[in-house]
Amino acid sequence: MSQAAETVDRPWLDADAQPFIKIRGMTKRFGDFTAVDNVDLDIYKGELFSLLGGSGCGKSTLLRMMAGFESPTAGTVHIDGTLMNEIPAYERPVNMMFQSYALFPHMTVAKNVAYGLVRDGLGKSEVTKRVDEMLDMVELGDFSKRKPHQLSGGQQQRVALARALVKRPKVLLLDEPLGALDKRLREQTQFELMNLQEELGVTFVVVTHDQEEAMTLSTRIAVMDQGKFMQIGTPTEIYETPDSRHVASFIGSTNIFQGFVVENKPDHVLVQSRRDDSLFYIDHGLDVQENAKVWVAIRPEKIRLSKTPPKKAGPNQLSGIVQDIGYLGRMSTYKVKLTNDKIVEITHPNQVRPKSGEHLADWEEKVYLSWEPTSAVVLTK
Amino acid sequence: MEDTASQPSTRLQQLGRTLQSSWRSVVVGLPFFWLLLFFLIPFAIVLKISFAESLIASPPFSTLLQWGEDGALNLRILFDNFKFLAEDELYLNTYLNSLKVALISTIWCLLIGYPIAYAIVRSDPATKNVLLMLIILPFWTSFLLRVYAWMGLLADQGTINSFLIWLGIIDEPIRLLYSQFAVYIGIVYSYLPFMILPLYANMEKLDMSLHEAASDLGAKPITTFLTVTLPLTLPGIVAGSLLVFIPATGEYVIPDLLGGGNVLMIGNVLFNEFNSNHDWPVASAVAIVLLIVLVAPMMLYQRMQSRESAAH
Repeated sequence: MSQAAETVDRPWLDADAQPFIKIRGMTKRFGDFTAVDNVDLDIYKGELFSLLGGSGCGKSTLLRMMAGFESPTAGTVHIDGTLMNEIPAYERPVNMMFQSYALFPHMTVAKNVAYGLVRDGLGKSEVTKRVDEMLDMVELGDFSKRKPHQLSGGQQQRVALARALVKRPKVLLLDEPLGALDKRLREQTQFELMNLQEELGVTFVVVTHDQEEAMTLSTRIAVMDQGKFMQIGTPTEIYETPDSRHVASFIGSTNIFQGFVVENKPDHVLVQSRRDDSLFYIDHGLDVQENAKVWVAIRPEKIRLSKTPPKKAGPNQLSGIVQDIGYLGRMSTYKVKLTNDKIVEITHPNQVRPKSGEHLADWEEKVYLSWEPTSAVVLTK
Repeated sequence: MEDTASQPSTRLQQLGRTLQSSWRSVVVGLPFFWLLLFFLIPFAIVLKISFAESLIASPPFSTLLQWGEDGALNLRILFDNFKFLAEDELYLNTYLNSLKVALISTIWCLLIGYPIAYAIVRSDPATKNVLLMLIILPFWTSFLLRVYAWMGLLADQGTINSFLIWLGIIDEPIRLLYSQFAVYIGIVYSYLPFMILPLYANMEKLDMSLHEAASDLGAKPITTFLTVTLPLTLPGIVAGSLLVFIPATGEYVIPDLLGGGNVLMIGNVLFNEFNSNHDWPVASAVAIVLLIVLVAPMMLYQRMQSRESAAH
């Protein structure tokens, strides 16, 4: 693939691309509490961008500042080249889907969806046409005369989505869009959302605390903590090459070992564990001094587990006793206690049906762990 | 046939159940009995008197049921009192004036109370309790005392006039007391909490994100108010308005003390018929008509509401 073709799908890699939403120096304080702390963010046209973080990390406040419900203490928001700071919520070219859906309880589904169009002063026939189109799109055509409380949670969610999309906003803001749905419906709706976004080409900004949801949906994710971005990147980047312990442990689960750099070459780093002599060989260079304190993160699914010792000793090898086995159906997790008492988590897919109660390794069994040089990441913070 | 003696526990349970159900009927029955004794029976008596004839006797009205000389039971129902009410313009005008005063007072209470209730709902929890307390606080002093206090404020030599003269805005006292204006002040002041509290209870349930949703969809604040806030607070508006309108229509103390006989309301007419004219039958008829005037729209409203909730 050529460089040009690559940047069509990934505009953030293109230095010349103009961001669609441009946030600079954005800060929001509530009294002594700083909800959003001097953040910069570029979101490009057609992206499905997720703000991911725990509760109170500032993600919702940031979204509400884009919508115009909160005014920033400092900083600017540009949407499609226009400064938004002084523009009230009802004049911004964005629409929001609320976490509680905020459907008007006294209006029918059709009236709810039509609300924004009527405010724009559209003619009656045009409003009816677009409402019908939109309701058909979210497969609620037969429910247009119902009131919101006569619908299921999933149907209410689709009404909220239809109401926000019917105005053809430049940006759709979604606050925990799938939070109120049960797991199966959530997974199904995730894909519907993605298809819809692709079809309409509207830029989506999603706030979520659910890392799986963010991973599935997003073109890019911003991991937030205490009002700041920890890391911004594609789901793969965030998962495979987290740049801090916080991101590594927030996204999925991970094993973190503390150590110091014993060898630092352009193509690899050798890290020695602080607790014992075990060595970690990682196949990427690092911009740190030798002897610097670093952390090595290895995902549970990237560790091999074996009952037989490796043929020759070397780095990226550990051994311990199986302390706990969790059978999760499609995979099992093993908690292995190392000789230095540290617990390491390993997950292993259950590719074949285990015979009754038989596992890869048994409780209290001695096992050997190993992994590839490409599997681990060195973190400096 | 089962041996009941061998199952003492079942019998105990049965006894318990009987006691429980009889306890339940006591709990429900007691207020019913209370209402029967002190509301329905007095009402029946008033209704009876309204069909009687005024007499100079004790009691000052004729009886409906009488043993005739031929030993038959005679029932004498007279509609003269109601006819009298319909024919004398005084009564019709007083009814209309009462309804007018009550209606205008209700509208003022709504206009003042709605923003107050909204502000209380939107304030932070600590302030909210203080503000609610302030709304309820006047009830801790006697209603009569508060009306008298208004007399002191509104009188020719009262606080307000003295203050305005001291400021130099007016040279001589303006007439505040014993006017329609004073009656409105008194009613709106006294009944404002009855408007605010049901409105508050209704608005407290209002999801504030609905306002944001309306704004987000392009509604200016005034449009949001008209299309979202107002329809959703309508039950509170109706409840508060009824709580103000109904007692205000029959109000006696405020027009008497602050209106000083210049403002004729049905409560005053009733009082005069009863105490000054000693015409109990006409007074009863006045009360019955008032009840019908007030109950009819309320029943209509309830029918409407139950139909609406049935549609949901």
